[in-house]
Amino acid sequence: MREITLADLDDIATGAAILGTGGGGDPHIGRLLAASAVREYGPVKLCSLDELPDGAALVQVAMMGAPTVMVEKLPSIDQVSAAAGALSGYLGSGLTHIACAEAGGVNSLIPVVAAAQLGLPLVDADGMGRAFPEIQMVLPTLYGIRATPMAIADEKGNRAVLDTVDNHWAERLARSATIDMGCSAMISSYAMTGAQARDSLVPGTLSLCAELGRLVREARAAHADPVAAVVARLGGSTLFTGKVTDVERRTVTGFARGTATLAGLDGDAGSELTLRFQNEHLVAEVDGRVRATVPDLICTLDRESGEAVTTEALRFGQRVTVIAAPADPRWHTPEGLALAGPRYFGYDLDPVGAAG
Amino acid sequence: MRIGIDVGGTNTDAVLLDGRQVLAAVKTSTTADVTSGIVAAIAGLQEQRPFDPADVRAVMIGTTHFINALVEARRLAPTAALRLSLPAGASLPPMVDWPGRLIEAVSGRGYLVHGGHEFDGRHIAELDEAEVRKAAADMGQAGVRSVAITSVFSPVNAEFEARAAEIVAAELPDAAISLSSEIGRIGLLERENATIINAALRELAAHIVDGLASSVGGAGITAPLYLSQNDGTLMDVDFARRYPVATFASGPTNSMRGAAVLSGLDTCAVVDVGGTTSDVGVLRHGFPREATTDVTVAGIRTNFRMPDVLSIGIGGGSRVREGAVGPDSVGYELTSRALVFGGDTLTATDIAVAAGRAEIGDPSLVAHLDRGLVEAALRRIADDVADVVERMRTSAEPLPVVAVGGGSVLLPDELAGAGEVRRPDHYAVANAIGAAIAQIGGEVDRVYAVEPGRRDAVVDAAKQEAVDRAVAAGASPSTVRIVDFDEVPIPYLPGNATRIRAKAVGELQLTDAKGR
Repeated sequence: MREITLADLDDIATGAAILGTGGGGDPHIGRLLAASAVREYGPVKLCSLDELPDGAALVQVAMMGAPTVMVEKLPSIDQVSAAAGALSGYLGSGLTHIACAEAGGVNSLIPVVAAAQLGLPLVDADGMGRAFPEIQMVLPTLYGIRATPMAIADEKGNRAVLDTVDNHWAERLARSATIDMGCSAMISSYAMTGAQARDSLVPGTLSLCAELGRLVREARAAHADPVAAVVARLGGSTLFTGKVTDVERRTVTGFARGTATLAGLDGDAGSELTLRFQNEHLVAEVDGRVRATVPDLICTLDRESGEAVTTEALRFGQRVTVIAAPADPRWHTPEGLALAGPRYFGYDLDPVGAAG
Repeated sequence: MRIGIDVGGTNTDAVLLDGRQVLAAVKTSTTADVTSGIVAAIAGLQEQRPFDPADVRAVMIGTTHFINALVEARRLAPTAALRLSLPAGASLPPMVDWPGRLIEAVSGRGYLVHGGHEFDGRHIAELDEAEVRKAAADMGQAGVRSVAITSVFSPVNAEFEARAAEIVAAELPDAAISLSSEIGRIGLLERENATIINAALRELAAHIVDGLASSVGGAGITAPLYLSQNDGTLMDVDFARRYPVATFASGPTNSMRGAAVLSGLDTCAVVDVGGTTSDVGVLRHGFPREATTDVTVAGIRTNFRMPDVLSIGIGGGSRVREGAVGPDSVGYELTSRALVFGGDTLTATDIAVAAGRAEIGDPSLVAHLDRGLVEAALRRIADDVADVVERMRTSAEPLPVVAVGGGSVLLPDELAGAGEVRRPDHYAVANAIGAAIAQIGGEVDRVYAVEPGRRDAVVDAAKQEAVDRAVAAGASPSTVRIVDFDEVPIPYLPGNATRIRAKAVGELQLTDAKGR
């Protein structure tokens, strides 16, 4: 894929929801917004990390806040670009490329909106290779790249630039500003050079989203198994197929934590799987034994259609297949695990790998 | 006594009930004008069981008319969507994701003005009344006759929608106005879409409701007329004029509710076998389980309440081939194309007759059918329906199955994994019975800030409001109970924001001049 056209957006949205590992927000609004931007400003050039000049100046663009708010207070194209514009102004230098903070959910499509309006190429890479809930949870943090200066913009025209002592503070202050701005804001952060991007980003993730979406679509058209196609492409494994029998949710410090219980079907009949999530899925246990944890990807897919099921949409009675797939190996280093391993999320567990 | 009528695409079914006892039941053909079919149905009831029209205390009608009008894009009013959201939402204007032919069919126009609320009730911007007035004037120029008004977070606070409605009504006194806060839930585009659909159907609704009222009145019945809603509760005719969208899924809901009453089961799976499809739904406490995802209607994403129904292409009119039943059907041509009627097409009805499960048409015309073929077709139907029932089950507990609809003779007496299939008396008119026994409901669906230690008080207040709304809508207070409750914390929001949904229903309070 050399450029992103209108025709690619459905596949990217389907694939992004899968890499969202149950979180990342419903990409529907992101897809509609990207479609409006591409219709108005034309297709977006996609630039691989290999092609990126060392001296390129790129920034990440993302939506921050509650997906529930975003589907009600719809963002606009101008608001997305305003964040990148404010950061560029603070840096005092022009931007050459836009990048994605995460591969997953709505934030795989928001950068397409910024790239289209600003007329800049989009880097085919992201900071996580999946979705995570907090700003500092990106591989660039491991490389000493600062999240700030970062800009945050609301739909009313308010803009703020934060310059913080570390990336955890960026998360904390941006979260406060987001709430004041009405809980759905656009941010631009992690300004870096092309050389830094080549070191620290996960390559090829937008292409991967598009490919996953295409595999699901084609498998369905051929009456083949879309879940199997996704597992094969991600080099992962099928953990469990079952029916959701219980979902328990509670809000803890602004995040929706909860558990879902599935009763096994087919080969898993008689077994039970428990998913523990905080927006994204964090831990999967089968009959009390931990089978997969963060930072690896735990995805819930509709057993028939292969479509991702978000943690917000999990309901009694759904038939889902739970799959696990390996995260970028850098997440399994001691530093990576300190940033986004099971213990960071409050589980006294060693990470369990998911390599198929 | 009460009369229940279900106006389907093919058949108009009617029943006369005394309490829950069926006194008479008829099946007639639906007519193009709807009303003459209803007149014929009521006359049919009179023939079967003569009654004094003055003794009828309520008439309940379920109709698929409005959803058909949308799908066929006919008789839709020129409609404008007014959204109070600026400076938010400018890039995704109203009807942004609609099929072009439907935008054309409603002569759709979209207007964005300043206003709307944040999640916590703050104003995004003050409502710009001059902008609303200007938009209304432009609508008047363009010949708009119905207006859908949607404000950001109106399920939390509807004040701007109400104020904008006053301004539009002053400018366009003849226009019908629909407010999103009365129609859908959180999710602006989906709620706005449902509101625009409702607005586009308002004129047709007035026309149809008048027709229904005159056909019932023409039969000498003076009792009040009600229409059944998607959730199995009733609305009066004034409500139906204002909220036609609330009738959209009443067909399957009525069948399921009727099955509950006929079988005496209030938690079961219901299989409604019609001419073209079999619809499977699940009843919990006597009410259909609702779909939790957005529902696409005629290519438009909406988020109003619809029953969770799974359909497969198996019905009495399904074509039968070697190894396959359906999904294509001969539909309303069954009586000319099925073998038992002297036609040339092997249908599921022929299979039922050949197997001795039904007496329809001329059985000698299917006597030659190969036994193996007949059994294979019946097994295929049983397996496919069993699979759908299994998919709808939500727990390991066995769920009893109730079969209704004219085509239910196609089902075996036992389904794999589900056990015995109950086929209650009057199964063919379960939908009309469901309409007749529908109840009155009240609902709350809102985001609350739940302060520490206040959860119980907030939950109680929400439930009480649902009960109050049911009583205000005509439910008998002593019968009202909460039938559905759901609370979901919303992530990334401060103040422990929680979305609470509560639904209350009760029996319709029936009184007449004689105090009966």
